Amino acid sequence: MSAPLKPLPRWADVALIPLLNVAAAFLISGLVVAVIGESPWQAVKLLIGGALGDLEGIGFTLYFATCFIFTGLAVAVCFHAGLFNIGVDGQAYIGGLGAALVALHFGFLPGPLLAIAAVVAAAVFGAAFAAIPGYLQAKRDSHIVITTIMFNYIASALMGYLLVYVFEVPGSNNPQSAPFPPASLVPHFFELLAPFGIVWPNTPFNVSFLLALLCAVGFWILIWRTRLGFEIRTLGANAPGAVYGGISPARVTIITTLISGALAAGLAVNVILGEEHRLILEFTSGFGFVGIAVALMGRAHPFGIVLASILFGILYQGGAELAFDMPKISRDMIVVIQGLVVLFAGALEHIFRAPLASLLVALARKPAPAEG
Amino acid sequence: METFDSVILILASGLRLSVPLILACLAGLWSERSGVVDIGLEGKMLMGAFAGAVGALLTGSAYVGLLAGVGASILVSLVHGYAAINQRANQIVSGTAINMVCDGLTATIGAAIWSQGGRTPQIDSSALFNEITLPFADAVVGVPFLGPVYAHLISGHDIVTYVAFLAVPLTSWALYRTRFGLRLRAVGENPAAVDTAGISVVALRYAAVMICGVLVGLSGVYLSIAQAAYFQPHMSAGKGFIALAALVFAKWRPWQALATCLLFGLLDAASIRMQGVSFFGVGKVPVQAIQALPYVLTVILLAGFIGKAIPPKASGIPYVKER
Repeated sequence: MSAPLKPLPRWADVALIPLLNVAAAFLISGLVVAVIGESPWQAVKLLIGGALGDLEGIGFTLYFATCFIFTGLAVAVCFHAGLFNIGVDGQAYIGGLGAALVALHFGFLPGPLLAIAAVVAAAVFGAAFAAIPGYLQAKRDSHIVITTIMFNYIASALMGYLLVYVFEVPGSNNPQSAPFPPASLVPHFFELLAPFGIVWPNTPFNVSFLLALLCAVGFWILIWRTRLGFEIRTLGANAPGAVYGGISPARVTIITTLISGALAAGLAVNVILGEEHRLILEFTSGFGFVGIAVALMGRAHPFGIVLASILFGILYQGGAELAFDMPKISRDMIVVIQGLVVLFAGALEHIFRAPLASLLVALARKPAPAEG
Repeated sequence: METFDSVILILASGLRLSVPLILACLAGLWSERSGVVDIGLEGKMLMGAFAGAVGALLTGSAYVGLLAGVGASILVSLVHGYAAINQRANQIVSGTAINMVCDGLTATIGAAIWSQGGRTPQIDSSALFNEITLPFADAVVGVPFLGPVYAHLISGHDIVTYVAFLAVPLTSWALYRTRFGLRLRAVGENPAAVDTAGISVVALRYAAVMICGVLVGLSGVYLSIAQAAYFQPHMSAGKGFIALAALVFAKWRPWQALATCLLFGLLDAASIRMQGVSFFGVGKVPVQAIQALPYVLTVILLAGFIGKAIPPKASGIPYVKER
């Protein structure tokens, strides 16, 4: 047990180990489905058919994937700095507040400027809300895990209050804001494509998806091609070393949480400005927590995060269809899969490492087999 | 007299609401004092509540339910222990995973068995932990002040509640007055020193993680077969996280944990009671403000504005025996 882990070849480290981990998570999920009394194979077929079987399914899948790219990147940027941001859900929620305030009160802005201002406001609000735990971690040594958990509940209480007492339209009994003006909205793809004669069914899939991909590219440039990214990675890899190299941990911590909060607010852009077109209660639907699974599965790399997000998009969309076709399987099954992915890709990520290392050594000793 | 009675009622309801917090908070205390950070309390509470309800439903006995709930919670704790102690995993990641898996699994299985959206059928009152009336409670209820205090605050709770209040002095005694407790606290501060003394770090941490499982399982059992008479998905409603906040607020000490949980339970009771009540000079206090208070207080404490909350030194850090 305490024998040092032998280094694995790079291909095993980058591809095989993560694949094994995710496979274990899905295997156990299949077992759960079997225990419930449904056929896992049939469930997978229904799930994939529901998510990718037609353009409508694909539209929904990519809409969910957009949510997860944003929250996954938000979690991942903090991972690189050695921080664990569990507050992405709350930050996205508060980001929605910024978007709603601008969309409802800045109607004088011409055309697309209003939508852009609303997106920027979401990012600013999300960043500001994330920066408070960041500041407390950096300057007052309060553990960011605990403070971000607390901030999720504070965000939830605050938004509950605002929706009931401030945003609610007089005379209505729904805790939701008035509809946003059309100029403030992020357009749906099916509306954009219609003038060109391309027919896409009415799905929530909207331009936020492109923004998410842009953020993923920006994330890559930031982390691996800029000075700030180097500082973030250094802080995460070796905090005393970072101080020795002249990096201020407080400054980098606060900047990282600001970026993380702004990315988290992308979830609000996609859901509030892209689909719901009004501020509603609990619109984040726990997608901030999916970001943890996505970031771990994607190994905090934007390419991996986009792939993992699409996989989770398939799970969420396909899962909804599955729950419809197999009444015994509820949508909560997706949360089980999500948790198992976090368990195997995160907490137990080294579980296959030692056995695999000894297996490779054993294979290498044999004269006959070719090198993998 | 009327205000006195309503104060007693709020206190009694606050006390009942604080029971799951006390048990979960003590559970977290045991785990974190040994150096294993546990943010999976919420998930284990749900697991305990679900297994407790299923056990009580199937056998008609509250005690079998209790065993089932506590057993399930210990199993989940062992998964966390294996990840944290043997695999040297990031304990926050492991706790997050446990919260998700338990939240999803209890709802999925419940929905698959009873097809009521995850809710179990109502549990018969003979399979619940019912209120125990202490001797003379009915006789002394007429005595001014002390009578209602005895009859409504001290008497009239179920066995789990009394166990919860007993667990506080027991925890305090075990941690501070026994050899096991001394070693356990040491392993959370400086595991290398404990190891050098020839005591197993792994065994101590597993013991702590299992005690944590028992206590938090009890808190779940309380939710489903003492406070309510059914299991419902997500029924812990963030109590595991409030317990975590209380643990920080109490600075990882048992008696302070009791006081904090009572305070948070009372706040909860007050927020239910004071819906729409106007306060002199302040006007209506929104429910959400009172609901957010435990979290806000904890953040303020963590920020070091009222005292300083310093966790056990080795908490969250996996122990590596040799390099």
